[in-house]
Amino acid sequence: MLTISRELVDLIVAHAREDHPDEACGVIAGRDGVPERYIRMENAERSPTFYRFDSMEQFRVWREMDDRDEEPVVIYHSHTATEAYPSRTDISYASEPYAHYVLYSTELDQFRSFRIVDGVVEEEEVKILDVEG
Amino acid sequence: MAIEVRIPTILRTYTDGAKAVDASGATLEELIGDLEARHPGLRERLIDAGKLRRFVNVYLNDEDVRFLGGLGTPVADGDTVTVLPAVAGG
Repeated sequence: MLTISRELVDLIVAHAREDHPDEACGVIAGRDGVPERYIRMENAERSPTFYRFDSMEQFRVWREMDDRDEEPVVIYHSHTATEAYPSRTDISYASEPYAHYVLYSTELDQFRSFRIVDGVVEEEEVKILDVEG
Repeated sequence: MAIEVRIPTILRTYTDGAKAVDASGATLEELIGDLEARHPGLRERLIDAGKLRRFVNVYLNDEDVRFLGGLGTPVADGDTVTVLPAVAGG
């Protein structure tokens, strides 16, 4: 199950809508599986059907997470014409076995989360925490 | 003579869980050959048909080796090589 704050969900959705019809992507870093620090990434492909982190930006972000003892708890990207389900390319390039792969469909306003390990996709429940006051 | 190679989570099955391992060589290609001798199976995850795999990023210190000399990039004692699978999809 992915437990995530409303604020982080809103940031992902806003980024996806802003970049629509291109796919948007990013990371939420955290510790012990808790997503905390939102990092918006450049889609180096600037494409409505593909995304790829810019290699230098990824290097800086991954090193920063390492320095802070964080991990990529969530890796998100948007689909802009299809449902929020991992595509064949999403599955074949998934390379963080401990990450929650979040997909948001701007077309269908769907927010869903998956584990993708060794080519096997498992959808998981998303629990959104609303902060009081 | 040692060069530190930082291994991403997904490839740590080849390094008994180690986050970083040492290897040696004068070029990135030699370094990967030495890595393969110490950790069999790694080479194939990095190289395909004589070239770096498209969805694997390899950095020498702070630079992507694609902007240096690819597999022919010279490496030296004290350098750090970082391997990161590209984050990509459709």
